Amino acid sequence: MEVFKILGTDDTPGVTLDAANDIFEISGRSLPEDVNAFYKPIIDWMDKYNLAPKAKTIFYFRLVYFNTASSKMLLDVLMKLEELYKSGNDVVVRWQYPDDDEDMKEAGEEYADIVDVPFEQIEIS
Amino acid sequence: MGTNEKKDVRGFLEFVYEFYKSMKEHEITLVYEGEITHQITKAFTSLTESNMAKEEESNLVQKKVFHVMVECLQNISKHADDYGANDYLFSGRGIFLVSKGKDEYSVTTGNAIDHTRMPELKRMLEQVNSLDKEELTELYKKQIKEGRLSDKGGAGLGFIDIKRKTGRNLEYHFLPINDVSSFFLLTSTISRNA
Repeated sequence: MEVFKILGTDDTPGVTLDAANDIFEISGRSLPEDVNAFYKPIIDWMDKYNLAPKAKTIFYFRLVYFNTASSKMLLDVLMKLEELYKSGNDVVVRWQYPDDDEDMKEAGEEYADIVDVPFEQIEIS
Repeated sequence: MGTNEKKDVRGFLEFVYEFYKSMKEHEITLVYEGEITHQITKAFTSLTESNMAKEEESNLVQKKVFHVMVECLQNISKHADDYGANDYLFSGRGIFLVSKGKDEYSVTTGNAIDHTRMPELKRMLEQVNSLDKEELTELYKKQIKEGRLSDKGGAGLGFIDIKRKTGRNLEYHFLPINDVSSFFLLTSTISRNA
């Protein structure tokens, strides 16, 4: 499967989706001008990946900021992982947040409540 | 005629001075009138961020101010089309102010809205202001789930986020412009002692 990689900017997150090397991550800041346009290729990639997934998928979220418009798109990404998990695959979401960022920690807890997928919270100092 | 022109210029410059003093009195650090675009949002947030960093504002306060600014600016730019037909204040335009007092920052936006949108806006703001922290979390979760399903869903997510981040009620006011539209003013306050 082709590698999906975009570098982060001050308003869009860095994204790497590389099945061959087991790297799945979204990091940085997310407040794109057009959230739908930004997240659509990511969702499309995951739809394809879900047809022929690896034995285990560990997906990292390393966000420092996202706006409310992005929060819906992030839920879309998590829903794809839920789909994968519910169809019997081994999936883990690792939600990393800066240790002084209570809001980002809470955001992870809220997503964990909404989606049915193994969720690990990891504090980074 | 020459003297008249001179007088007008002088009157204008005196106004600029009064305007400047008035801004200082109200502790306004940033004021903008015009179209709110993504580029403007980026410029204002980064300007405010670097000012706060210079003034050694705590990380937590910086983050909260950033959050509130982004949501407020996006509220204006997103709803620009809704009052495109308005002839008094133009589509996508509005006023944006940031002020910094001893104990708090405040972010204020003002934009024209069609009267047909007022009841829904009022309802959302009243609802957000009436809820406590746990209730807001529940509403937020409900709204992002609904927001996934349609573009129309998830309305008011920005307001919910602002109240959650600041812990303060949103203050708002509607001033009538004419028979069909009003000027909608919204102020969010962020404590500097957070």
